[in-house]
Amino acid sequence: MSNSVDLRPASTGQRAAEGTLERPMAQAQPGAIVEPEGEIAITIENLSLWYGPKQALTNVSMKIPARKVTALIGPSGCGKSTLLRCINRMNDLIPTVRIQGSLYYHGVNLYGPDIDPVEVRRRIGMVFQKPNPFPKSIYDNVAFGARVNGFKGNLDQLVEQSLRRAALWEEVKDNLKKSGLALSGGQQQRLCIARAIANQPDVILMDEPCSALDPIATLKIEDLMRELVKDYTIIIVTHNMQQAARVSDYTAFMLTDEQVTGQLVEYGPTEELFTTPKDRRTEDYISGRFG
Amino acid sequence: MTRDLFNAELRQLQDDVLTLGSMAEKAILDALESMRDGDVEWSRRIIEDDQRINKKRFEIEDRAIFVIASQQPMATDLRALASILYIITDLERIADHAEGIARINTMMEPEPLPRRLGYIPAMADRAVAMLRDSLKAYIEMDVDAAVQICNADDEVDRLQDSVYEDCIQQMVANPATIQRNTYLLWTAHNIERIADRCTNICERVVYTVTGHMDELNVSRY
Ligand SMILES: Nc1ncnc2c1ncn2[C@@H]1O[C@H](COP(=O)(O)OP(=O)(O)OP(=O)(O)O)[C@@H](O)[C@H]1O
Ligand SMILES: [Mg+2]
Repeated sequence: MSNSVDLRPASTGQRAAEGTLERPMAQAQPGAIVEPEGEIAITIENLSLWYGPKQALTNVSMKIPARKVTALIGPSGCGKSTLLRCINRMNDLIPTVRIQGSLYYHGVNLYGPDIDPVEVRRRIGMVFQKPNPFPKSIYDNVAFGARVNGFKGNLDQLVEQSLRRAALWEEVKDNLKKSGLALSGGQQQRLCIARAIANQPDVILMDEPCSALDPIATLKIEDLMRELVKDYTIIIVTHNMQQAARVSDYTAFMLTDEQVTGQLVEYGPTEELFTTPKDRRTEDYISGRFG
Repeated sequence: MTRDLFNAELRQLQDDVLTLGSMAEKAILDALESMRDGDVEWSRRIIEDDQRINKKRFEIEDRAIFVIASQQPMATDLRALASILYIITDLERIADHAEGIARINTMMEPEPLPRRLGYIPAMADRAVAMLRDSLKAYIEMDVDAAVQICNADDEVDRLQDSVYEDCIQQMVANPATIQRNTYLLWTAHNIERIADRCTNICERVVYTVTGHMDELNVSRY
């Protein structure tokens, strides 16, 4: 993207120190965690996370490629949403959370001392499971972030462009004053994507974005993801294996078992993970033989 | 969820593959025997019966496609189903070659019986053994056996060379036998193709287990 990588608040002059932490890896099958080729958007190193005394992630290390769709899959409670929320520092909002390890965004330590979490969340946008438009007009929903951030450009243009990119423009262009809540579920979700896009992010995180949608609306969002990935890095959590196989370039399989909570078991090109997984546990999970 | 329903479907399909395999095997053995006995009526029945084999193959195919659509299998499960689609095609073609042999018999001139067929029965025995072993390797998902079986294909090829030399010698020695020996060469060719199809089945066994497609035997024909 055109945005240069600087996540400091305007006032700070120092770049974050990039401490590297060396901790033992959780045990994964050799070769089961693959390093993607090409430009890397997010680097996660030995990430562990606790909610109070309760550990939710253990030594997760992975590199997420830029302008690709990366899917996170795994059984309920294995830490997918937790990992996703670490990437845009949404977990900061939960007081009991403690994090160990490092996350880099194009080489910059996301948890460095002079990083502004608000700027992180603008660069790394999020779309949630349940479409959550504000009780405002379609236009105001999309323009919201820009107004908050004191956007100086042409707002009409930004709204139209964002709605077009979210493949919603044609359906709403005649009535932008209509309430966002009056749209169908699938349209609401695309509105939320338009709202995320209007903030001009670089990475879009999606936590089960289709789980509340019907099959047609789901396929529309999937088509949209394939379109958006030309310009954005997309990370999606999904419980739908076929969806992960259809839309993603890379897939990560996470698991909590008796020994380790929230571990990364296998990570690699989607085609390989779904056809010839390297770890037995991945095979069991994707073929529905889990537990 | 341990996928009992899917496992039951898969087992049923594998049983059906074995049934199709035995239909194909019977067609080969019958075709050879009807040729040796010069039994043209029998050969005609074998040709007609090939329709039953085609029908069975399409039944299995329909079911396998339905299972894919309804169960959405992944990884090994998906490969097992894809392999079934390929293997039933090979078995149906094997039966077509048996039908081809029966057809040749309907064209051959009458001659003293049992007909002398030289190396052809030995060749057919090897091919039928390969078919049985391939299906056994398939049911047991035995990669080592699958690789071994493909080596037996060389033996079939060698026997075909013997049939060829034999037939050419006879044709040269006695031009009146040219027609007869040409039919025998065609017969040998059909058997060679059967053996070749068996190596395809073995390749699918390897693929189902490992996810890799290796050509286990490169036929010279
Ligand atoms: N705010 C929180 N406070 C305390 N524990 C939490 C919190 N959020 C998640 N957890 C716990 O952390 C673990 C991982 O939860 P997470 O939501 O990341 O799982 P998930 O893989 O996204 O599951 P699902 O597929 O059900 O959404 C769970 O045991 C969960 O109970
Ligand atoms: Mg979740």
